[in-house]
Amino acid sequence: MYELKYDKDICATCETIDCLMRCQYMEMDLESARQERERILNGEDSRVLTDCVTCYACEEYCPFNNHPFYLIVDRQEEKGIWPVPKPATNQQLVIMAPQSDIAPKKIQSPTINMCAFSMLEGCIRGSLFEGTSIISGSDIFCNIMWLHFAKNSTIRERLPKAIDNIREYYLKDSDVDELVHFHDECYGAYTHLAPAFGIEVPFSSIHLFEYLIRRLDDLKDRITPINQKVAYQRPCSSRLIPETQHFVDEIFTRIGADRVDRKYDRENALCCTFAQQAQQRDETADDVLKRNIDDMVEAGAAYCVFNCPACFFTMSEAVTNSGMMPILMSDLCQIALGE
Amino acid sequence: MKNIDKELADIVGSEFVSNHPEEKFIYSRDMGTMEPAFPDLVVMPNTTEEIQKIVQLANREEIPITPMGGGLTLSGLVRPLKGGIVMDLKRMNRIIAVNEKSRYVITEAGTSQGMLQAYLKKHHPSLKHSVPDAPPIATIAGNVLIHGSGHISQSGGFHSEMLNGMEVVMPTGEVVRIGSCATSPYWFSRAPLPDLAGLFLGWAGTTGIVTKLAIKLYPNRLFNDVKAFVTEDSEQVAEVIHRVTGTQVAEDVNVVMSSRMPGFQIVFMTYSADTKEELTWKRNLIRASLKKFIDDNVGGFMVVLPVLKGDFLEVPMKNITQFADEMQGGGFEYIGAIMPIELFSEAYRTGIEIADHFGIPHFIIVRVVGLGHCMMFAYAYAFNRADEADIKKVQAALEDTNRKVLQMGGIPWKAEAPAQKQIIEHMDPNTFALMNRIRAVLDPKGIMNPGNWEV
Ligand SMILES: Cc1cc2nc3c(=O)[nH]c(=O)nc-3n(C[C@H](O)[C@H](O)[C@H](O)COP(=O)(O)OP(=O)(O)OC[C@H]3O[C@@H](n4cnc5c(N)ncnc54)[C@H](O)[C@@H]3O)c2cc1C
Ligand code: SF4
Ligand code: SF4
Repeated sequence: MYELKYDKDICATCETIDCLMRCQYMEMDLESARQERERILNGEDSRVLTDCVTCYACEEYCPFNNHPFYLIVDRQEEKGIWPVPKPATNQQLVIMAPQSDIAPKKIQSPTINMCAFSMLEGCIRGSLFEGTSIISGSDIFCNIMWLHFAKNSTIRERLPKAIDNIREYYLKDSDVDELVHFHDECYGAYTHLAPAFGIEVPFSSIHLFEYLIRRLDDLKDRITPINQKVAYQRPCSSRLIPETQHFVDEIFTRIGADRVDRKYDRENALCCTFAQQAQQRDETADDVLKRNIDDMVEAGAAYCVFNCPACFFTMSEAVTNSGMMPILMSDLCQIALGE
Repeated sequence: MKNIDKELADIVGSEFVSNHPEEKFIYSRDMGTMEPAFPDLVVMPNTTEEIQKIVQLANREEIPITPMGGGLTLSGLVRPLKGGIVMDLKRMNRIIAVNEKSRYVITEAGTSQGMLQAYLKKHHPSLKHSVPDAPPIATIAGNVLIHGSGHISQSGGFHSEMLNGMEVVMPTGEVVRIGSCATSPYWFSRAPLPDLAGLFLGWAGTTGIVTKLAIKLYPNRLFNDVKAFVTEDSEQVAEVIHRVTGTQVAEDVNVVMSSRMPGFQIVFMTYSADTKEELTWKRNLIRASLKKFIDDNVGGFMVVLPVLKGDFLEVPMKNITQFADEMQGGGFEYIGAIMPIELFSEAYRTGIEIADHFGIPHFIIVRVVGLGHCMMFAYAYAFNRADEADIKKVQAALEDTNRKVLQMGGIPWKAEAPAQKQIIEHMDPNTFALMNRIRAVLDPKGIMNPGNWEV
């Protein structure tokens, strides 16, 4: 049930082993990368399974879209490896469990999916989101976060139920078959992870950034360029959907933001460190956070823009202390609209 | 009782004496489950001399006096069990002096936690006192006298251990000074004199009325942080506490368990530093002390997002007060049992059993006191005061909790009158006899808060 679409033969003939060679958290030469890959393929112990900080980046690095990271997580779980200590994982399993308090709701297009983060519904405001419906709650949590916890089994169990809930409670009686996902996580879950696990998704997905671009085009007469240097913090889930990354530049062009040229952007992006902290790697997290923020400051950024609320909450204090303004992408667009 | 309103009005002014039914009603009860006990009079003195005169009058007329600070123990300790006068000390709220170098404050007994906190923040921002999580109107004296504990208790011990000295009006009217201030103009410590503070600490106002006191202050550092460590095996927690307190880094260590998150024990540790580097160093020490549990996969640190840290670093913590009104009925009482750390698991299991038995959601909060020398293990029960059945159920749960705590080897703290009786049953009879002899000497007419510490 929900077998990972992974092709052993592709890896067997892969020369470059980009998945491990480009990993920013593990030093490896080609020979050792080859050996570790073999071990993972054969279900043997590998240091990758314990040292991986679950940044998701190898999903993007693999030129063949062969899902090396999903495989790592499957293997971790098979081997009983707990990247996050068991009690903390179990606690999250309780906190993030569906509460079964979903109720039918009539929605209309465009509908913004806020996933489990109802507390962020306040972000859906102003002319950007005029006339939108919102859905949110624990029963439609996309559950992709379990990739950090070696709990693909939880994704396999809970994601199909979340999809069923969306269909039953929202789509069935409404004339809507398309959702705008406020978070990269959900877009990644429904367009990348679900197909990779063979989970059927009965609706089409729009990335928030694509939606923002459409709205900015509609409202272009009202835009005042913000003329500020902005650093972008990529969330881990954007590694699953690199095809959406060009939207960042397109939004910046429309609102007159200058994306700073820096070392840890685009494919070299660093994690927000939430996962490393959960994995008890505080020293790694300190180092990554410092390098990342120093890099933004050196590049002269006035804003650090986020799409993921977890990144925002993890980094905002350090960003502010470094003299930059942390902001969500939708809020940055609202500034350009004078709202 | 002879009518003494006029004489009291002559002492304190007529606006500070009352026998009005509405006042008597308010002063007859607290938020806990204890039955009301009505005073005949409420009086609010303003000076030590006024208190002396009231005590002399009460002696002459053999009228009970119950001293009162904030009245917030929840165990009904300021209900006048034998009627008489409730002496509300809130007007005596002057902060007399702060000694920055030797880090102490001298204050009147009615000064509230909130007032001292605000005063230090404004005038001595580099200093702080150990604040309990009680509502801010709780008084410094009331809290010290019941052996309270607060946000620096892990490193500094019970608040009674932070006491440097006192001025007391004895039950017979004399004023005495206790501690260094008895011999020196400075209120720097209780040592090296014979320590008479014990005549007043833990006695529930039965041995005298404290009018002034000095308590220790501590550095108020710029950088503050909190770590949260979660386990799902209560057997581990005593060792977690033992190890983390061994670092001598955390200022406050609390463990929280509730039926909202059944089966998990979350240990919160706060610490502070003068620099960011020092803060990181302290964090690393705490982490290193608990590495064994992470390696064994039986415990781990939770990520506390910076935006949420404020809730845990807030002093006092608002969410405790919010829980206190969980049932929306304004009723709340807890058994704070003082006990050694090694009883953690047994105490925890007992708490769950009692809550399950009475069908009450469990909420247990533990504060570690004095580098892990012991802990205050609080079994908290919120209830609806408008619901008689709810009150009866919680009363029975509290009674059961006290009994089990004593069986385990713990001692109920700030015990309500019935719990005091339960404690006395377990107490060495010679100790209780000594307590009675001391009381008879100090208070020959038996006017001080009678009905407490009695069989
Ligand atoms: C939500 C909540 C949270 C709490 N959290 C804490 C906590 O974290 N730590 C803690 O220690 N407590 C806590 N408490 C318990 C209690 O509120 C506090 O200990 C409070 O500080 C007691 O002070 P008080 O002024 O209210 O004392 P009171 O109730 O007024 O008095 C306590 C006892 O001392 C006697 N007394 C008072 N003043 C004098 C005096 N001047 N001379 C002689 N005797 C006197 C009284 O007769 C009584 O017996 C909490 C209570 C609540 C409601
Ligand atoms: S996962 Fe991709 S990059 Fe890695 S070895 Fe296989 S094919 Fe190559
Ligand atoms: S998820 Fe990140 S840390 Fe883990 S192997 Fe892939 S690239 Fe490396």
